[in-house]
Amino acid sequence: MAENTTTLTGAAEAPPRVSEWRRFRRVFFQRKLVVFGLVILAIMLFVAITANWIAPFNPYIGDLANKSLLLPNSEHWLGTDLQGRDVLSRLMFGTRSAFQVGFITVAMAAMIGMALGVISGYFGGVLGMVIMRLMDALMGFPMIILAMVVSAVLGAGLQNVIIALTVATVPGYARVMNALTLSIRENDYIMAERSIGASNSRTMFKHILPNAMPPMIVLVTLQLGSLILAEAALSFLGIGIKPPGAAWGAMVNDGYRYMLTNPVLSFAPGFAIMLVVFAFNMVGDGLRDALDPRLRGTM
Amino acid sequence: MTTYIIRRLLAGLLIIFLVTVITFFVIRLLPGDPIAVYIGQQAASGAVTERELEILREQYGLNDPIVVQFFNWLGGVLTGDLGESLFFKQSVGSLMADRFPVTLHLGLTSFVIANLLGVLMGVLAAIRRGTWLDTLVTTLANIGITIPVFWLGLLMMYVFGLQLKLLPIAGYVSPFEDFSKSTQLLVMPVFCMAVTSLAGIARQTRSSMLEVVRQDYIRTAWSKGLRERVVIFRHALKISLLPVITMMGMAVGMIFGGSVLIETVFAIPGIGRLLTQSIFNQDYQVIQSGVLIIAGIIVLVNLIVDISYGWFDPRIRYS
Repeated sequence: MAENTTTLTGAAEAPPRVSEWRRFRRVFFQRKLVVFGLVILAIMLFVAITANWIAPFNPYIGDLANKSLLLPNSEHWLGTDLQGRDVLSRLMFGTRSAFQVGFITVAMAAMIGMALGVISGYFGGVLGMVIMRLMDALMGFPMIILAMVVSAVLGAGLQNVIIALTVATVPGYARVMNALTLSIRENDYIMAERSIGASNSRTMFKHILPNAMPPMIVLVTLQLGSLILAEAALSFLGIGIKPPGAAWGAMVNDGYRYMLTNPVLSFAPGFAIMLVVFAFNMVGDGLRDALDPRLRGTM
Repeated sequence: MTTYIIRRLLAGLLIIFLVTVITFFVIRLLPGDPIAVYIGQQAASGAVTERELEILREQYGLNDPIVVQFFNWLGGVLTGDLGESLFFKQSVGSLMADRFPVTLHLGLTSFVIANLLGVLMGVLAAIRRGTWLDTLVTTLANIGITIPVFWLGLLMMYVFGLQLKLLPIAGYVSPFEDFSKSTQLLVMPVFCMAVTSLAGIARQTRSSMLEVVRQDYIRTAWSKGLRERVVIFRHALKISLLPVITMMGMAVGMIFGGSVLIETVFAIPGIGRLLTQSIFNQDYQVIQSGVLIIAGIIVLVNLIVDISYGWFDPRIRYS
């Protein structure tokens, strides 16, 4: 890992840091698909944040009497749903839910998972074994079923979906972090740190965590895509955001009864899901190639 | 080797036990009352008195302390009795026996197709790196891992079922009853179920193949004058399948996870749909047994994966 030298010798190594950044930029922006993914994400993020202002209609209140199930037209670009709500506006608000679930879940799962992983890897022993066995047990389980069971316990709602998906994804982070800790721990600089009397927590926070960051950043980005996919799947099944909240998966489900008359209803939100997951995967791949070439093809 | 397998089996049993304990206690934290859900369905057909409710609760052992319920259930499982479904009014064992073959039929077909096609596509892309074929495979694989499978299912239904009228839209028929009808019905769900794993396996095969063909012993094989087919399939493929096998193990989990969605979309009476229904119905016994079966299968698959490493790479020894 290239960063090791910089952390060890500090300021003396400053110039390589610059070239490191340059190398990162060169590799990262080299692939057109990565840039495409970044652009998509930037647009989607903008939509998610500004949905309140840029959505042409209110996504929750429709005109049931006059506007139910309209086909796409100049006023409603993607038509309207059964309740006469504008599909484009709901799609925009759906972006917001998707990003909320994605970012909050990733943040929570990564923090808990990394903490568990570093503790079990650093201390090892019975504690480490118990943690990792538990993670294995959870890991073997299909994420969607685990999340379903947890959501069923907690009930519907954005917050509970986030908790369910966090529970389902913590083991992945714990496992990777555990493996990274085990390998980083063997480095000489860790022994040097220990021999000058550094505390356990100092070693973990100042040395092990920073050195584990590059692969973790890659994992987080790739996870964002699959989380958004899982959230969509849950809301498609009817477990998720409560109506009238807008979620892409639920929109697909609402729309598919009218597939013959108005296929746009379920095609549009599905396409949005695909686009955002694709973008996250591309950016994740780009980050992986740029940050840590050794990981190429392993995740 | 034998000790290794025994040790792994014991560890696997421990994992299954942990999973079942967790599910058992977690679903009992469900805010609702399964009897109330059940009664909700019955309310239309006739009034149910509080006394009858109480009798039902007693009958299903729901008044016992949770720990007693757990040991009753565990004892049942060990003697082959999975309890009775509240909602379906049927023993869970026979319910599973009805539903499991359906998911197995669907899942196994998807698994085989995902592995064969995935490896084939990955190898083709790797040995024709940089050509249109490589671009095609990589693009398709990237789409495959991103597409929401339930949406893909709807798209296919729309195109092949409603517009082109090539395939029946949804449902399931046992292959022993009507083989051609069963196969027609299976095409779309199998494709949807396989697509994510297929794409993942193709990507993994491609990248590990590219890694392997750079090795010295492959150059040796080429310089010996061996034909391409022999070099690729005999020398390179076997070793590059190692990381792919990990992926194949994960594919089993993905396929089970996918079955929840696919069976709902295509109205297929399998384990996935049963589990979804049972979660909505709060049918404790069914959820528990379903989870137990899935956990068992996944543990078994992981064991097979770990053992097969040794066959693919003789450098790996078990101690």
